[in-house]
Amino acid sequence: MKVLVCISQVPDTTTKVGFTDNNTKFNNQGVQFIINPYDELALTRALEITEKQGGTVTVINVGLADTEPSIRKALAIGANDAVRINAEPIDAFFVAEQIANYAKNENYDLILTGRESIDYNGGMMAGLLGEMLQLPSVNVITAIEIENGMAKLERDIDGGRERLEIKLPMVGSAQKELTEPRIPNMRGIMAARTKPLTMVEPIGAQANTQTTSFENPAAKGACKMIDPANAAQLIELLHNEAKVI
Amino acid sequence: MKIIVFAENQDGQFKKSSLEAISYAAQIAAKNNGSVIAVSIGQVSDDKFAELGKYGADQIFNYSQDVFNTFYGETYSKALAHATKNANAELVIVSNTYSGKTVAPRVAAQLGAGIVSGVISFPSTENGFNVRRSVFSGKAFADVAINTSIKVLAITPNSFSIVENNKTASIENMDAGISSDTLASKSIEVARATGKVILTEAELVISGGRGMKGPENWHLIEELADTLGAATACSKPVSDIHWRPHSEHVGQTGITIKPNLYIAIGISGAIQHLAGVSSSKVIVAINKDPEAPFFKAADYGIVGDAFDVLPKIIEAAKTFKSQQA
Repeated sequence: MKVLVCISQVPDTTTKVGFTDNNTKFNNQGVQFIINPYDELALTRALEITEKQGGTVTVINVGLADTEPSIRKALAIGANDAVRINAEPIDAFFVAEQIANYAKNENYDLILTGRESIDYNGGMMAGLLGEMLQLPSVNVITAIEIENGMAKLERDIDGGRERLEIKLPMVGSAQKELTEPRIPNMRGIMAARTKPLTMVEPIGAQANTQTTSFENPAAKGACKMIDPANAAQLIELLHNEAKVI
Repeated sequence: MKIIVFAENQDGQFKKSSLEAISYAAQIAAKNNGSVIAVSIGQVSDDKFAELGKYGADQIFNYSQDVFNTFYGETYSKALAHATKNANAELVIVSNTYSGKTVAPRVAAQLGAGIVSGVISFPSTENGFNVRRSVFSGKAFADVAINTSIKVLAITPNSFSIVENNKTASIENMDAGISSDTLASKSIEVARATGKVILTEAELVISGGRGMKGPENWHLIEELADTLGAATACSKPVSDIHWRPHSEHVGQTGITIKPNLYIAIGISGAIQHLAGVSSSKVIVAINKDPEAPFFKAADYGIVGDAFDVLPKIIEAAKTFKSQQA
């Protein structure tokens, strides 16, 4: 069983988000970068599956050399090898084209990624890859087991859950409940140093979108405090003043 | 400009998020001398189509073949791409729901279209085609230019109001020529909670944190939610210790929501939690710690014990609702 896990590198969740260059670039000064948490869940589940029934897990990232610490961490968690496509990840379409081009001749049984990156929140990768590779795609998977070339899985749907069976190969995106993240141990960290990390040059794909500027939301005005003894007043304020009920 | 809108139905009823998308499209069409084509996929009875006209659809493309009885991204995206090509449309709009996010990227890949999800503004077309979306789970906004001739937008639910725009929409029965024989996916079971407000699309959300002290106290959160017609949510620690299901976790690594009203009870307001809820129009924080960071992000605050304050609010909400009825 061959599994490909697509990972991206994102600012740590505690980051205070700010911008530079006249609000056109994310300010990465002093920012700690991590593997996107949902991608890490996809990786962990991929490892659980291949440990149970044999196989390999390759991680792939589209990024410049600064993403290598995150890729090494993925190897320390347990991936067998890694590929970095040496390009600035301009937009989701561009990234998907790069990954699809790499994956098309590799015959992966399963391609997993996170449900969205916690920086750009696009959530488009599984669907884009599915269409580009002509494979079924399932978003927000909360459980997945592989049996005899079939994926038995559960996913979130609007207002509920769905159980599905899909004949492999397929593309899927990880939702929170899929598994618990794994902390790399010392042996894994040592082994990661010598695991293969291949750098591949990008294909000439065009980005369809371009982020032109960023803005932080306006600060909230002062909070209106209500006396707890008179908590019932909240309902009246929400109706007459805020007009939301 | 011709605009395609995915008019999604659930059990034969068009969803509120789809009516928002049609209203959104109708307002763009009005400014750009365009027209709106609502695409209905699956079985919907004819009398329901008038609703799409009411909110601004000029035309309805109806894909009602049996292959669409179950929702799959593979088949539904083909119908939407078929409709787009057939109408020679330049813009495709879906709601940024789980199903919308399943079909939108597949449609974009089929059409070679630029795609932007999480859209929170109308497009500006003065200098190219630009939209605003939320990024960093609500910690910031980004303005994005789309360079392709066809564009796909997934608009954030509850960001645009439903506006009446009465039209008599003509209905065209369509066939994208899709066979179910080659389908690799098979839906086994669909389970939806009945009678509950869906969190991702809710206008009002009542959320609890560790200050609720235990899952046995959640009846207070549920009672207030039921009284107001709100969805229930929770903080990350609460779902991590399994007091509540993960599907209720709002925040940076959970669900990002944008309701009209978010009431946070016993939640301190860590930066990761605020990221997921800060786009709410009105925020109420109830916490016994006056230093809780949530008060800096809230519009209304009550410093007090949840078990003292909540019963008073529930009672007031019940009185308010009975007066409204």
